[in-house]
Amino acid sequence: MFGSKELMDTVWSAISKLYGEHGASRTGLTLISYDMEKRFAVIRVVHTAVEMVRSALASITKIQDKPAAVHVLTVSGTIRALYKKIKT
Amino acid sequence: MRRTYADLHLCPNLRDFEQVSRMVDKASTLGYRLIAIPLPLKQAGEIERLRDLCKETKIDLASRLDLKPRTADELTRNLRMFRRKFEIIAVMCESKNVARQAAKDRRVDLLNFPSFGFRRRFFDEAEAELASSALTFLEINMKPLLTLEGPTRVRLLSSLRRETNVAKEFRVPIVISSGVSDELLMRKPRELASLAQLFDLDEASAIEAVSKNPVAIIKRNRQKLDSRFVAPGVRIIRRGKDC
Repeated sequence: MFGSKELMDTVWSAISKLYGEHGASRTGLTLISYDMEKRFAVIRVVHTAVEMVRSALASITKIQDKPAAVHVLTVSGTIRALYKKIKT
Repeated sequence: MRRTYADLHLCPNLRDFEQVSRMVDKASTLGYRLIAIPLPLKQAGEIERLRDLCKETKIDLASRLDLKPRTADELTRNLRMFRRKFEIIAVMCESKNVARQAAKDRRVDLLNFPSFGFRRRFFDEAEAELASSALTFLEINMKPLLTLEGPTRVRLLSSLRRETNVAKEFRVPIVISSGVSDELLMRKPRELASLAQLFDLDEASAIEAVSKNPVAIIKRNRQKLDSRFVAPGVRIIRRGKDC
């Protein structure tokens, strides 16, 4: 188990490794919510950086030195539509 | 129409059937509808057991053989022996002679190059020209992109960028595979496609490399391996005295 801080540190680190600090600054990455029990997080990014963040998330193999994988469930323009998509 | 996503290079430990089963399940969960598992020659009999397992998870399995010949002669000898027994033949090109022979031989489906030896990646213009006329595909494994770090990954990305540009120029189709032997390294097809954008493969081509291109190889080879196949576009419909 890991908290939201550890998750976001890993995500920022993956983006910085792949695209550098300049690239990372253009993603507008923000954590909206994180459910530790369900291992489910909602992350906001600038729409032009979706593919960048998707590849950075795919490149994560460890969180806090423990083997882990992060998968994108769905992408949506609004949070309301996002939850609707996940429920269906 | 829904896209069929394929991962033509899943490498579970075939001695651990539990792990094979977990990886097949995960491939299905991640959205793959077609997978290929390379079979060592000694375990070629395992294919039926794997097919049954895949049938349960509603995923299509293709048989694959990875050849690592030392000489061009060894490659042609192996192709003569095994081509009709496997749906996919991939060649790991570890020398220039083998790479050139594999690229011009129509019986080879996939060309694969070592991820770590950057001087042994022989996919240049001459190789691409041969591959293009023999309808051979370039396979890129994503595992090293996930496991390598720092300067080695940078160097690999740079080699892959050069190779994809050459492939594009000579119209050699690219197949993106995972090449992983651990479930935690398995990724969704869209995620593999987005990783491919790191070496300048555009989004549409990257998605084709995990869907249309691998499916095309399997379709073509299944037609060829069919007993009714005569030549491309010609097949036996009916046998009998009045035909």
